[in-house]
Amino acid sequence: MRANRWTKRAATPVVYAALLVVWELTVRSFAVPQWILPAPSVIATTALQWAPELASNGLVTLIETAVGFLAALLLSLPAAAVIAFTDLPRRILYPIVLGLQSIPKVALAPLVTLWLGLGELPKITIVILVCFFPILVNVVAGLEAAPKPMLDLMRSLNASPMMTFRRLRVPVALPHLFTGCKIAITFAVIGAVIAEFVAAQRGLGYLILISTAQAQTPLAFAAILLLTLISVLLFYAIERVERRLIDWSP
Amino acid sequence: MSQGMRLDGVSKTFGEGAQAVEALGPIDLVIEAGSFVAVVGPSGCGKSTLLRLLAGLDLQTAGRIARAGRPLEGPSRDVGIVFQEHVLFPWATVLENVLLPADVLGLPREPARARALHLLELTGLSDFAEKRPQHLSGGMKQRAALCRALLADPQILLLDEPFGALDALTREELSLFLSRNWDELGRTALLITHDIEEAVLLADRVLVMSPRPGRIRADIAVDLPRPRTIDTPRDPRFVEIKQKIRELIFTPAEL
Ligand SMILES: Nc1ncnc2c1ncn2[C@@H]1O[C@H](COP(=O)(O)OP(=O)(O)O)[C@@H](O)[C@H]1O
Ligand SMILES: [Mg+2]
Repeated sequence: MRANRWTKRAATPVVYAALLVVWELTVRSFAVPQWILPAPSVIATTALQWAPELASNGLVTLIETAVGFLAALLLSLPAAAVIAFTDLPRRILYPIVLGLQSIPKVALAPLVTLWLGLGELPKITIVILVCFFPILVNVVAGLEAAPKPMLDLMRSLNASPMMTFRRLRVPVALPHLFTGCKIAITFAVIGAVIAEFVAAQRGLGYLILISTAQAQTPLAFAAILLLTLISVLLFYAIERVERRLIDWSP
Repeated sequence: MSQGMRLDGVSKTFGEGAQAVEALGPIDLVIEAGSFVAVVGPSGCGKSTLLRLLAGLDLQTAGRIARAGRPLEGPSRDVGIVFQEHVLFPWATVLENVLLPADVLGLPREPARARALHLLELTGLSDFAEKRPQHLSGGMKQRAALCRALLADPQILLLDEPFGALDALTREELSLFLSRNWDELGRTALLITHDIEEAVLLADRVLVMSPRPGRIRADIAVDLPRPRTIDTPRDPRFVEIKQKIRELIFTPAEL
């Protein structure tokens, strides 16, 4: 049994390491040109060599992503409350929201850049756009998810709408909020990079763009790996917060 | 001071036109202050509908409902409800759940807390006060829901098949528990149940309802001495009343 548990734990790292070895050996034995597919060892040395540039550009992208995500969160929560609890605005706004949601937001990146210039603002705006809708739609669904028997219970106590909101709707909506946030944060990183592709002087998207343009494929790989790492860490951070806030199971 | 209730020609229809469902009534009924009334009847005959009308959660289509001599105007803190499903909030502890009425009604914090702890002790849930409902068995959840319904000291208690989803042993245990404490509480109570034995064990009166639209088909006095105990079901009179109700339910009404 004990051995079995160790096998289970070790399985994933072992498989990953094996894949890396296969990659390394394939590239070496077929002498694949570096600009097409660099070996893992080459990517690693390049990453070390370019560490300061990777770090500073990574930080730029991280900040754009985080600021855009938090701004989207702040904007979507009141919007969700309005849509969930008011009749007329809901009937006018929600169809528009659902329509806007289907626009591929990254396709707007060139336009947003045209309107807002070259700084961080267009990148943050794109991140806000991609994050806003998944959070909004999930929170609206969450605010409406309170089960009827629980609503009846609150009503039987003559609870005010505010009291019902605080004591019932918010806790019920919380898991939905986190679902929205986890979808949004994955989109957020993509949004930031695409916005950087359009026009930028810094950021990982910019680094990927210029390194591929100069056939510096190992550096592009290193930047993509760092980007993946940022994405995974942000997702994990949200999950940590979720676990701390939602310590119940239905 | 407990309160009574009075229904005059009360009926309820859901929906309109071709979709209309006549769920209940018309019903004329007087529930005396301090009495324990049980309602039995086939599934879908309008028992829950009746309870929701009495609770002020729904509005009757016709007729008048009065509580303590005054027309009913929506839900009131004088009425405690135990729903069929326990509806405890999974994110709150058992104690917080029981304290919900105090929070909503803005009752003074400390006395409410003391009362909640007392009720939890009475129902044998003291050790679970700080636990989440997920750690409770079905019977314990219903006991917690009962504590919550009693917290604000309501004059009238409405119970909608509170033990319906539980196993037979737990039901009997909770029935006896309710019976024991009933005598002290001296409140008005309306219990909906599909268990004839439970109805006879607890109630002063058992109302037998007809199939939908539910009307009161019989009103049977349970003249068994109180306190009712674990031996009550062996009383010949108990068996006799139970049999009478069973026959009423299973023989079709004469038209
Ligand atoms: N909100 C509602 N809308 C439409 N029909 C309803 C509603 N609530 C109950 N009914 C109908 O009214 C009838 C009585 O329901 P209910 O009071 O729940 O029965 P019981 O509790 O005796 O099983 C049923 O036929 C049910 O389908
Ligand atoms: Mg029912």
